[in-house]
Amino acid sequence: MEADAKKLHAIEIIFGILVSIYLIAPIFVLVPMSFGPARFFSFPPPEFSVEQYIKFFHSGPWWRAIRISFEVAVLASFFATVLGILTCLAMRYKIPAKGFLNAMFISPMIVPLIITAVALYSFLSKFHLVDTVPGLVLAHTILTLPFVIITVSATLKGLDPSLEHAAATLGASPMKVFFKVTLPLIKRGAITGAVFAYMISFDETVVAIFLSSSHAITLPKKMWDSIRFSIEPILPALSTILILFAILMLVLLEVLSRKRK
Amino acid sequence: MDKRLKNILMHPTAKGMLLLTPALVALTVFFVIPILRMFHLSLFDPHFTIKYYIAFFQRPVYMRVMWITVKISLIVTAVCLLVGYPFAFILSRAGEKLSKVFLVCIVLSMCISLLVRNFSWIIILQRSGIVDSFLMKMGITHHHVRLLHNLFSVVLGMAEILLPYMILPIFSVLKSIDPNLPKAAQTMGARPAQAFWWVTFPLSLPGVYAGFLLVFIMSLGYFITPALLGGSREMMISNMIAFQVQTVLNWHFAASLSMILLVATLVFYTIFNRVVGLEKLEDLGV
Repeated sequence: MEADAKKLHAIEIIFGILVSIYLIAPIFVLVPMSFGPARFFSFPPPEFSVEQYIKFFHSGPWWRAIRISFEVAVLASFFATVLGILTCLAMRYKIPAKGFLNAMFISPMIVPLIITAVALYSFLSKFHLVDTVPGLVLAHTILTLPFVIITVSATLKGLDPSLEHAAATLGASPMKVFFKVTLPLIKRGAITGAVFAYMISFDETVVAIFLSSSHAITLPKKMWDSIRFSIEPILPALSTILILFAILMLVLLEVLSRKRK
Repeated sequence: MDKRLKNILMHPTAKGMLLLTPALVALTVFFVIPILRMFHLSLFDPHFTIKYYIAFFQRPVYMRVMWITVKISLIVTAVCLLVGYPFAFILSRAGEKLSKVFLVCIVLSMCISLLVRNFSWIIILQRSGIVDSFLMKMGITHHHVRLLHNLFSVVLGMAEILLPYMILPIFSVLKSIDPNLPKAAQTMGARPAQAFWWVTFPLSLPGVYAGFLLVFIMSLGYFITPALLGGSREMMISNMIAFQVQTVLNWHFAASLSMILLVATLVFYTIFNRVVGLEKLEDLGV
């Protein structure tokens, strides 16, 4: 540390710290604010109070939105993980037009969200799936699939196929090979992919703006409405809870990546 | 099971196709077909017409939206590069503890809800918000300063979100450069600045290209930040698409705007793939 510190100029360290503060500025603003009064916003808060939290914990509509977001994120990440694992396994075989298929599976990550949102809105309304949990799950499964495929295929690359061959030669059925050999070996990649998918779905706003309106309203959609039309005085408290949640996710991802090494 | 059928199913290609089917069907039905329907919508009303594309290129209003989209994307990308490159450079040379702190800040910022991050800029920049009241209290200004709903607030908000996508590719390329190379240049008489410009910087260019294109592509289709932090003059193409669908209810025109945005994105993405390659992106830590 001593030797390293000498290499960097004080100016460089200050610049680095300023950029870091810029990146996590929301924490410095919203966390103190959440402990202020729930009537108006001022910074720093004139008095300490947990009014916002009490209001938030007693607010039915917000809890309903959280529950729906949770349901959608769990289901979408489950489906995306299953589909993603199958796709990655398929990609190990000789398949025609593999490059094209690969590009296609990654495309939901590249196509601007607004296009996906509008296209799905128009398409799903034909089947009365707009403003329903199944509609949101479908949309988020497609959106998070590329992230699962990227993490799982990275783990599969490091997998020695001779292990599976050995199991098969010893008489294990393909199903048994998959559940006893392949799946345990790619478990971490799959879990990381599922966590990513969950986080993306839980925070997804653009598609939710179009696919959820009054019935199946997700947390980001409710926050969006609240920020746009009437800033509710519980937003800093909710933000603080979401920031805590982000820190937990970060720790989880760190644990997952450390175990891999 | 019929033995012949079993033989066919045991064929590797058949096995692969079988495993691929669920995802392929899901993606085709719920992604490819909806987008193809948009393409159809942009060209048929009810007969073939290109009037919705012509309208886009003829009306100054829409060309202005296009221009604003490109302008904001370029400014955001430039800001990210100007802030991100020095930061990545410092990060690559910082000691273990300091670089860990910086990296945690980057990844943490990426984990925080996008809406929370946009909301915090509203609180900071709004009338009588943190910055405004601070300036008034200090006596620097005597009337309220308009900091929100302009180009400045949109760029500030977007750069905060997109900065990690610039920093990470540059950082991983810088980290992979052999530290002996700039050292060798200095031993042979180059000043530190010269060693940087002639050795380190050219070697870091792949990371710069990757970050530049990544941030630019993501900016082009940005929706949330211009909607929350921008005013009517910061309406980007995504916001125009939403406006056409939600307010004007002109689906055909929304579809043609979507196709223009899609083509622009795919063109830059192809360039990105040629220059960087998606496989390399993983190695770059994104």
